[in-house]
Formats: sequence, structure tokens, C-alpha cells
Amino acid sequence: MTSKHLEVNGYNPINMKAHVFVSLKKTVLDPQGKTIHSALKKMGYQDIADVRQGKFFEVTLREGLDKTAANAEVERIAREVLTNPVIEEFQYRIQD
Amino acid sequence: MMRFGVIIFPGSNCDQDCHYAIESRAGQPAVMLWHESEDLQGCDAVVVPGGFAYGDYLRTGAIAKFAPIMQSVKRFAQTGGMVLGICNGFQILCEAGLLPGALMRNAGLKYVCKQVYIRTETTDTPFTHSLHRGEVLQVPIGHMDGNYFCDEPTLASLQKEERVVFRYSSPGGERTPEANPNGSLDDIAGICSPGRNVLGLMPHPDRSSESMLGSADGLKIFQAMVGALVRK
Repeated sequence: MTSKHLEVNGYNPINMKAHVFVSLKKTVLDPQGKTIHSALKKMGYQDIADVRQGKFFEVTLREGLDKTAANAEVERIAREVLTNPVIEEFQYRIQD
Repeated sequence: MMRFGVIIFPGSNCDQDCHYAIESRAGQPAVMLWHESEDLQGCDAVVVPGGFAYGDYLRTGAIAKFAPIMQSVKRFAQTGGMVLGICNGFQILCEAGLLPGALMRNAGLKYVCKQVYIRTETTDTPFTHSLHRGEVLQVPIGHMDGNYFCDEPTLASLQKEERVVFRYSSPGGERTPEANPNGSLDDIAGICSPGRNVLGLMPHPDRSSESMLGSADGLKIFQAMVGALVRK
């Protein structure tokens, strides 16, 4: 049976995705962001006030997971694994 | 005799340097501890060596802290066991919460590999009790992420409790901006736990265990550990 047949039968095989953004806390100096900012200024981009560098994770959740459970799971891995709370903070969104 | 255990993670690359320094230079037996095992094999001290554990993917030490062997190292440290983390080992001990703070990207954004000088700030640890306060050691570094950072209350408690064990200095023991190779807060090269039984440092005592390597100063740290166990 192909996935097309499954959809017709009312089964939704689409996996939700979570987008997690990790960045250094505002109180932590970001030498990489500073270097990028200074390069941009030298290139003539005068409208840039600051640059902070971070990380982006696309996490694919298993089929059939409900949104509340997805939120809880993503929040937990972001807090316990994807960030080091000493220097980093995170934001995330669940994509439908 | 003191039995040392040296952990091997996938990506460790100083495990054999540590083994050599301990067995051939300090004259003590050393066993290798595989990351997937929880068995510390009855060791009296554990060394978390340098390298790039699990490729340093995600962050330095971020995956290594979940290894089965690290769960045993945590229990060992909590019951007073001696744990020495060198370079990547220091990064792993911070991630695992055995030491406070974090090691960030070097301020100059470059991998730095050179001989540095570190000043002994306290002799009240099993790793430095046989050194003199203010004694300068020549020890090499080789890292990209050695820029120690912690918040202000943590730094205040490290200072108050004399838990900054080594600071970068000039050969004469002066703290200067040039002597700090990576932008570390308060020139910190190494710190210990509240119980003083866990030491993490970025410079490599394992790569300075005999004069042929440029310096034999690092050997003093391994010898101090042996002496501390005998005293206990």
C-alpha cells in the first residue's frame, strides 16, 4: 500500500516538525557575531546595528503525535540537550 | 600503587598520552575505560582525556556527558573520588555539571596550539598539594573552545572558596593580557569542585610529562595525585 492510499483512508502520515533556535544569552559576549558584524560594516552594510550567531535545529516528530505532547517533548530536549543553560537560551515553534 | 582509569570516548585523542604519562612517567598502573561501560574497574582516580568526544557535535562535551561511563564518574566524584579532566575532559566535566561554568569559543576565534604558563593559585587540592603557591608550570594548550565563562555569583564563589586552581600567567608569574591565550574570564586555566576532588584544566599535563616534550612540569600534577592517595 502506498502513502497515497493511506491518506485516502483518513490516515495522516505527515510528521509535525519543530524548529528550535538556540542563541547565546544576551549577557554572553558573542565574538563570532561581532566578527560578522564588523565584516558587514567593512563591506558597506551600514544599516546593521548588531549580529548574534546561533544554531537552528529542525526536529521531525513521529506520525500521529498530538500538539500538546509535541510541545512538551520539544521543550524538554531543547532544555536538557540542545542548549547549555550556562551560556545559551532557546525558542521553538511547532510547524503544522 | 595507585590505579588510574583513563576514559576512551569515540574521538578521544589524548588517552594514550595520559596512559603514557601515568604508566611510564608517574610509574602507576593505568587501565582504559570504554565509554559504553559503567565499570570503573576499581580505579582510585579517573582521567577524562583531551580530544573531540563524539566529534564535539552539538557543543563540546554535550553528547559525552550522557555516556554510560560518565554516570559512574558522577557517582565516583560525588563520593569524593579524584577526577582529572584535561582540555576536552574539562569541557565534558562542565557539561556534566561536575564543575561550574562553560568553555566557549576562544576570543580570537582561532584554534590555539602552543606552550603556555600557568600559575598555581592554591595548593589545597590533591592535584597541587605538592606544588608551591605561585609556582609557574609550562604546559601546552591545543584548543578552539577554552574561553572559560561563568556568571558573576559563580565567579565570586570560585574566588572566595579558592577554587581557581590555575591562572594563565607570564613565565615570571605575572597576569598579563598577552599571557591569556583564549580570553578566559579572570585568566582561569583550571578550577576545582567544591569538594576539591574534581579538577578541570585546559592545558595538557599529559603532553608535558618529560623534558623531551618541551617540559616535564605537567608530571607534577600526576605525582601530586599519587601522593594525595598515599596520604589518604
